[in-house]
Amino acid sequence: MELIWDGIREAFRIIGTGDREVWSITLRSLLVSGSATLLALIIGISIGALLAFRRFPGRNLAVTLVNTGMGLPPVVVGLVVAIFLWRSGPLGPLGLIYTPAAMVIAQTIIAAPLVTGFTVAALGSLPSRLRPQLYALGASRLQMLWLVLQEARLPLFAAIMAGFGAAVSEVGASLMVGGNLAGETRVLTTAVVLAAQRGEFAPAIALSIILLALVFLINLVLTGVQQRESRS
Amino acid sequence: MMPFFFSTDMFRPAYRLALLMLGGVLLFGAACGSDETLILATTTSTFDSGLLDELEPLFEEQTGLNLKIIAVGTGQALEMGRRGDADVLVVHAPTAEEEFVEEGYGVNRQLVMHNDFVIVGPDDDPIDMRSAEDAVTALLGLRTSEMTFVSRGDDSGTHKRELSLWNELGFDPAGEDWYLESGQGMGATLQIANQREAYTLTDRATYLALKDVLDLEILFEGDPGLLNIYHVMQVNPDTSGDINASGATAFVDFMVAGETQAIIAEFGIDKFGQPLFVPDAGRSVAELTEE
Amino acid sequence: MTAKLALRDIVVRRGNAEILRVLQLDVTEGEVLAVLGPNGAGKSTLLQVLALLERPAQGEVLFDGSPVAGRELKLRRQMAAVFQESLLLDRSVAANIALGLSLRGMPRGQRRERVHYWLHRFGVDDLADRSGRHLSGGEAQRVSLARAFVLEPSIILLDEPFSALDQPTRESLADELVAVLSETGITAVFVTHERDEAARLADRVAVIVDGQVQQIGPTAEVFSSPADETVAAYVGVETVAPAKVLESHDGLVVLSVGYAHVEATANGFKASEALVCLRPEDIVLSVTESEIQTSVRNRLRGTVTGIKPAGAEVRVEADCGFPLVASITRRSLEELGIAIGTPVTASFKATAVHLIPRGT
Repeated sequence: MELIWDGIREAFRIIGTGDREVWSITLRSLLVSGSATLLALIIGISIGALLAFRRFPGRNLAVTLVNTGMGLPPVVVGLVVAIFLWRSGPLGPLGLIYTPAAMVIAQTIIAAPLVTGFTVAALGSLPSRLRPQLYALGASRLQMLWLVLQEARLPLFAAIMAGFGAAVSEVGASLMVGGNLAGETRVLTTAVVLAAQRGEFAPAIALSIILLALVFLINLVLTGVQQRESRS
Repeated sequence: MMPFFFSTDMFRPAYRLALLMLGGVLLFGAACGSDETLILATTTSTFDSGLLDELEPLFEEQTGLNLKIIAVGTGQALEMGRRGDADVLVVHAPTAEEEFVEEGYGVNRQLVMHNDFVIVGPDDDPIDMRSAEDAVTALLGLRTSEMTFVSRGDDSGTHKRELSLWNELGFDPAGEDWYLESGQGMGATLQIANQREAYTLTDRATYLALKDVLDLEILFEGDPGLLNIYHVMQVNPDTSGDINASGATAFVDFMVAGETQAIIAEFGIDKFGQPLFVPDAGRSVAELTEE
Repeated sequence: MTAKLALRDIVVRRGNAEILRVLQLDVTEGEVLAVLGPNGAGKSTLLQVLALLERPAQGEVLFDGSPVAGRELKLRRQMAAVFQESLLLDRSVAANIALGLSLRGMPRGQRRERVHYWLHRFGVDDLADRSGRHLSGGEAQRVSLARAFVLEPSIILLDEPFSALDQPTRESLADELVAVLSETGITAVFVTHERDEAARLADRVAVIVDGQVQQIGPTAEVFSSPADETVAAYVGVETVAPAKVLESHDGLVVLSVGYAHVEATANGFKASEALVCLRPEDIVLSVTESEIQTSVRNRLRGTVTGIKPAGAEVRVEADCGFPLVASITRRSLEELGIAIGTPVTASFKATAVHLIPRGT
């Protein structure tokens, strides 16, 4: 018990005094996972729109694959991405292994199926004649897509939350492709693992609290926007 | 006609924010990976002790290189070297290292430092390991009493050493109920042993670094067979086109340089009251074993 | 004159089934063409093809005489469509109405004025700031109409725009649509399964059954002389004739129909023009002037122009200042000695006259 209290007290001291390393790790987590979420949104919304609007052979299989992808184990993603990015791997010459970019790639792969799945559901809930109506009002294909995405923006917020949540809380892939390098690829989750391994429980707890607070805040903001939107 | 996508009134704050983020990502991406990098694969024992955290900024300052330290077991570190996924290695499994060099993967191998392995366990020491005469006798006690022992089980230098000790005893503990394999680094393995009130073989540095949070005590030490010797070596640039050979040479030179050796000699005194490693640059392994 | 919009040899398939086949259909500039047919006849598909929303498996769509292929987006921006569901977006009513204009890249300042006008024209000014999602059915459909008309399209396509509304709302909205169409002169295609709605709105009617256009022609003609039994079965057979209101008093309306005058009960009828509809069984034919039934307001003299057997009945067509159709039994036909060229008097009550208002 003492350990827990010490940990929490120390945690708040670290948070309160604005320890530079802790904040740089937090910022990096935010940047890496934010970028991954953004990329996942671009990919997921594109594929999701395709799956929601187009009828083609193999579509059901594709939807099943997306649903499977929504539970993709991060370590598996990490291993596969690492194999590709290792110098000895096919994408080795890009020099991406053990960089934040590699973590962004891995987290994007983890978050994209989630975003895709949520997008398919969100767009599928719109009235089926909405798209012809928008075309009939003179929308180009891109304009149509933009408008239906705006129409589905409330459920799409859920996609952002799910995608970011998965990206920021994932540890296995980040360790494997990022290498947990201090000042470069150390993010909140990998820092927690390292601190715990080194027996530095107070920083581990502090970092965990920050991670939770981060996810909470992001969700709070997005939910706030969602609520405000749905009221107006 | 202006494409609708960019018609001004569609840029509500949310989209502006998204664009800003995208811009941030691109800048962020550009900022990373621009420096010349050097990948060091090393053992968890040197990493978890915190020594490399102290050396890294020094090296980067001196050379302008971006050092990437990947902490894995010695076995994995050598494997990374074989694949050409690391430029330079700091490892502690002499037999495996010699093989690595003979196979042509390693060059410029130099002795850096040593400390020793110790066997730690619960303070009450139910099998009285403290009175064991040598390492093999200590392990024999474990075998006969079937007290829980936590092995790294990860092909690391520590693990290799532990296996060679069992081998000397002529016994293979794999599969025994009391013999656990953590498959993790030294820090994590010590904590598992701590929770299970079990025995484990550890390097002294990691144990001291974690001593505050452990209830484990050193129960056996001092056998010449428990010497823990760290070498640095560079991966042979001829085996793969991507090896940063000049950076690796610089790192080897850095590790055996007088200034660095002095830091190693001091490392840990302020925290643990004793140094965690003994610097050995310029000496030979034979000299160490004679001591 | 080239048609505004024309279909040539159109075939639309769903899977292997052919659901629409149109050899030729011309929408003339300035007209209101009703596409009338039962549910599932292919009306909506026809509209989708006209609106360039569905590319037919075969055939050609012509806009102002030239093929549309490759210019669909550009041409769609000269059109507008309104569907049965109002399909408003989750934004303000004003923004919904402005949508098509902003899709066309019109600057905000210019949009405002137009939006304002059409908000007002469809009587939804006070809803301007409300969300498009929180409107009654009638309000939503007004907004949907305003959203189409604000584009000032050269052709407007309406797919059963009133069928989800209750009767009073439907009628008042139909009145407004008629007014706006005649005021703007916009070419319109109006899909409906309601005969009266087609009669109320259209200059011409195309009857479509089983994916094929069975008959197309001026509204009164299609209703009064169905081309074949399929059309007859759907539109019903009766006398339909355009009429002008001469006077109205004491709940009665006097209209001039062709060379004749007809009295009808007003039932709130207010327009200046109308289609006069008479069911064949409500018309009594007699051969001598003497058989006067005092309660009958309308007695029109004429001659028999045609006799067609229809089951146990016979349909007698007569020209009584305008062509009308009466239904009598075979026995009556023999007793009265009616043949082509026989002078007859057609009598019917004022209450038997069904008036469909036309114009504004």
